[in-house]
Amino acid sequence: MMALSKKMLEHEPSEIELLLPWHAAGTLNARDARRVEDALARDPELAKQYAAIRGEYEETIHLNESLGAPSARALQKLFAAIDAEPARAAASLPLSARIATFFAGLSPRTLAWSASLGAIALLLQAGIIGAVLMKTQTVTYQTASLSTGAPITRELGASVAPSRALVRFTPEARVADITALLDSYQASIIGDAKGGMFRLQFDKAMSQDELAALLSRMQREKFVNLAVAAP
Amino acid sequence: MQVLYGRHHVRVYRFGLRLVRDEQAAEDLISEVFLDVWRQAGKFEGRSAVSTWLLAITRFKALSALRRRKDVGLDDEAANAIEDSSDDPEIAVQKKDTGEALRECLTGLSPDHREIVDLVYYHEKSVEEVAEIVGIPENTVKTRLFYARKKLAELLKAAGVERGWP
Repeated sequence: MMALSKKMLEHEPSEIELLLPWHAAGTLNARDARRVEDALARDPELAKQYAAIRGEYEETIHLNESLGAPSARALQKLFAAIDAEPARAAASLPLSARIATFFAGLSPRTLAWSASLGAIALLLQAGIIGAVLMKTQTVTYQTASLSTGAPITRELGASVAPSRALVRFTPEARVADITALLDSYQASIIGDAKGGMFRLQFDKAMSQDELAALLSRMQREKFVNLAVAAP
Repeated sequence: MQVLYGRHHVRVYRFGLRLVRDEQAAEDLISEVFLDVWRQAGKFEGRSAVSTWLLAITRFKALSALRRRKDVGLDDEAANAIEDSSDDPEIAVQKKDTGEALRECLTGLSPDHREIVDLVYYHEKSVEEVAEIVGIPENTVKTRLFYARKKLAELLKAAGVERGWP
């Protein structure tokens, strides 16, 4: 193994010298970048070293780019693993998102059964309240006459359906930025659509005008590229 | 998750591959990394870029995977001391092209040196971000890269490539 010269091994790098690789990569702050530029203009030895660093920088990129990309197997494995543990994933979401995730995860048949059970529970509750208020009257007949399962489900859906939107965030938006934005608009991500769009659901139902005004405001947010109403 | 995966999985894979040096293992690694992200999304504090967070998880997972390799059965220190077989100066010396020789020598660096070179040059991480990913002080980040570059120069010199530095 050929060794470096003693002089080189003993060489203690200056602070500017240590920063040269980050200058080549363009990741120094403005102040340090200016200091390095000044030093490079003054010191030919440093400039020579910087030229060598530029070569290392280019070849490192070349080397990494030649490594290729993973196969689709990795993505399939990931989503199989995620599918295997929906409960744990949902626990970290806000309540509204957890509720949305829960219902989204139910099969249509389970959902229909749940709706029927909910309707029965409502009827029982109405019966008890009616009995308390009216005391002497029988309550079941009148209440039961309103109680087919399907209309109740449809009516509940129509009256409280929260508003939805499709939103595209800017590439520089970080998870924390998106989370803060969602909190400020009381919205949750309930899915993703094509083209990098996310499907959002707001915590309340809004009229068309209210939703348009809110989306217009959202559209002006720093981390939002596009916000449009979703069906 | 699909958007996050789509945006970052190639770089995570390449970083992992350079650490574990096995394509199959690197693919397993990215599944584990993104599954961890899925599980821990609520714990992400947003103090660093998502890519920095992902690379830190990748590094941790890669080192764990390396430790699990029973057929190797090495501790960290011994693993770090190993250099790639392709770092042999005799191989690199045959390279006519300086760029190719440089790439050979980059591959031949020790895991610690290879990692820091990749993080700074390819993943474009700042001193602070590298310190966060690797878990070392910022001054150590700077000196480690300096000595990685010195080692690279030594390998190049052995391969007969003169660059004018040092």
